[in-house]
Amino acid sequence: MNKLFTTAFTVLALGSTPAFAQPTDILNVSYDIARELFEAVNTAFVPAYAAASGTTVTVNQSHAGSSAQARAVIEGLPGDVVTFNQVVDIEKLADAGFVSADWATEFPNNASPFYSLPAFLVRAGNPKGIKDWGDLAADGVQVIFPNPKTSGNGRYTYLAARAWANEEYAGDEAKVEEFLTKLFNNVPVFETGGRAATTAFTERALGDVLVTFEAEVLGVRQQLGADKYDAVIPSVSLLSEFPVAIVDKVVDARGSRDIAKAYLDFLYTPEGQEIAASHFNRVNDETVAAAHAADFPEVRLVTVEDAFGGWKAVSAEHFADGGLLDKVFLNQ
Amino acid sequence: MTAKIVRSPAEITLIGLAFVFSALILLVPLALIFAFALREGVGAYFANILERNTLHAIGVTVLTAVIVVPINIVIGICVAWLVTRFKFPGRQLVITFVELPASVSPIVAGVVYLFLYGNQGLLGPLLQFANIQLMFTVTAIILVSLFVTAPFVARELIPLMQQQGTEDEEAALSLGANGWQMFWHVTLPNIRWALLYGAVLTNARVMGEYGAVSVVSGSIRGQTNTLPLQISQLFNDFNIAGAFAAASTLALIAVVTLVLKAGLEGRGWR
Repeated sequence: MNKLFTTAFTVLALGSTPAFAQPTDILNVSYDIARELFEAVNTAFVPAYAAASGTTVTVNQSHAGSSAQARAVIEGLPGDVVTFNQVVDIEKLADAGFVSADWATEFPNNASPFYSLPAFLVRAGNPKGIKDWGDLAADGVQVIFPNPKTSGNGRYTYLAARAWANEEYAGDEAKVEEFLTKLFNNVPVFETGGRAATTAFTERALGDVLVTFEAEVLGVRQQLGADKYDAVIPSVSLLSEFPVAIVDKVVDARGSRDIAKAYLDFLYTPEGQEIAASHFNRVNDETVAAAHAADFPEVRLVTVEDAFGGWKAVSAEHFADGGLLDKVFLNQ
Repeated sequence: MTAKIVRSPAEITLIGLAFVFSALILLVPLALIFAFALREGVGAYFANILERNTLHAIGVTVLTAVIVVPINIVIGICVAWLVTRFKFPGRQLVITFVELPASVSPIVAGVVYLFLYGNQGLLGPLLQFANIQLMFTVTAIILVSLFVTAPFVARELIPLMQQQGTEDEEAALSLGANGWQMFWHVTLPNIRWALLYGAVLTNARVMGEYGAVSVVSGSIRGQTNTLPLQISQLFNDFNIAGAFAAASTLALIAVVTLVLKAGLEGRGWR
């Protein structure tokens, strides 16, 4: 009985003074389709961190749409780190004071440990002969991608298509808009998120081509059958960064900064890069990239900065109400 | 009385159609859940259910039900008692108010809780000051479940208690019973089936609730995932067998609840 009391008291004492000892768990708040990736990362990170620090930690995961997750962190979801697929979603956290304003310089490559690009998944044999962005606007082609109003994935697709059209039509805005309007009209249904669009294409057999991140395209093909689908990488696409950040407000309150930093650093180690690459994300580590070169065809990538003048400008010009997106997204 | 009922071809066709549609709408989906769950063999099925996060989700769901159902039974009885045994101004308003959670969309219920108890919410600063984390914990799941299922027991009890009137209870009181004895020996036996039915409905809704819970749970695997959230995540991960194994536990709980209810009723009627 005495022992029970002592135990209970210890638990209470420990539970009520979290700042006393460094916690042994962190929460990674992440985007929707990254569960498999971060499960693999966690499995490798835990022993690596234990070997380096002598502490065995637990990494918990929360996954939902990137923008919804940003909102949840602001409302109090105690994520120590965020791993998103949208720069603007981390900017929201920075604006709300959860993440330092210079988060993008705290880790290499704009705090983006790996990257991807919008690419195409078509049915086996590519019956509609889809090779590049222009083919998506052809008559009789049904295209599936998530709604750019609700999905970061969909916004990347819209911007990538526009970047291609800007080059193709040498900046003739009327022709660019005509192309984009046709493209949007070819979409029978706009799902709200990336994985829902994938499910519509694979389980509900909707559409001739799915436009989503290359990581999803290659992953789906591997998981659901290389005999059922083909991957098509367009001539040009948009660099899609997957930014990470430490949530200062949470780690300072919990005293978990060391683990959080080690966790994000781990993503840049050869081991972390290998895991990202084996989940079909492109990586910057040259050795790992070379080992996986066969998975990733050469592609010319433009950046949001070069093609559109950065995310702030994009948000104002394209995605605001009545912006350029609304001009071509007539069937929303 | 024993004359054979002769059914016209139209009747037979209608009854047949009813059977076919019931099978298509109810039985086939239910059977499919188990068929998909067992597609990769019995061993894989149990491995899927015993998977750490799925097991934890089952635990969270059961814990929520174990807390929410008794509380809402007590609240339901109190409210039904209040509005059927006393006349007071605003009585109709109370009845309407009790119905409210059932008429708003669950997702709205979740968002309302977020606006109230989230960091940016009305009580957010106060909670932060007291260092209390409500949202994105199991507590939040229990709170929204309480809200969403609050009407079910009262809804079943109010019409019944109105119809039964107060004579039995007045008789008990005039024969010298105290309030507690009257409730225990007269009121409760009169309302037990409606009460049980309300409890079953509450339980089913608590375990199956998705919309409201998804807003406030934070979906932390192995911490704040309920079974419906876990099922949807497994399905989105293309883990079809895992999703259906988890779904089969939810279906099993539902079937067991129904059997229990039938068994209790059978005993009661004798």
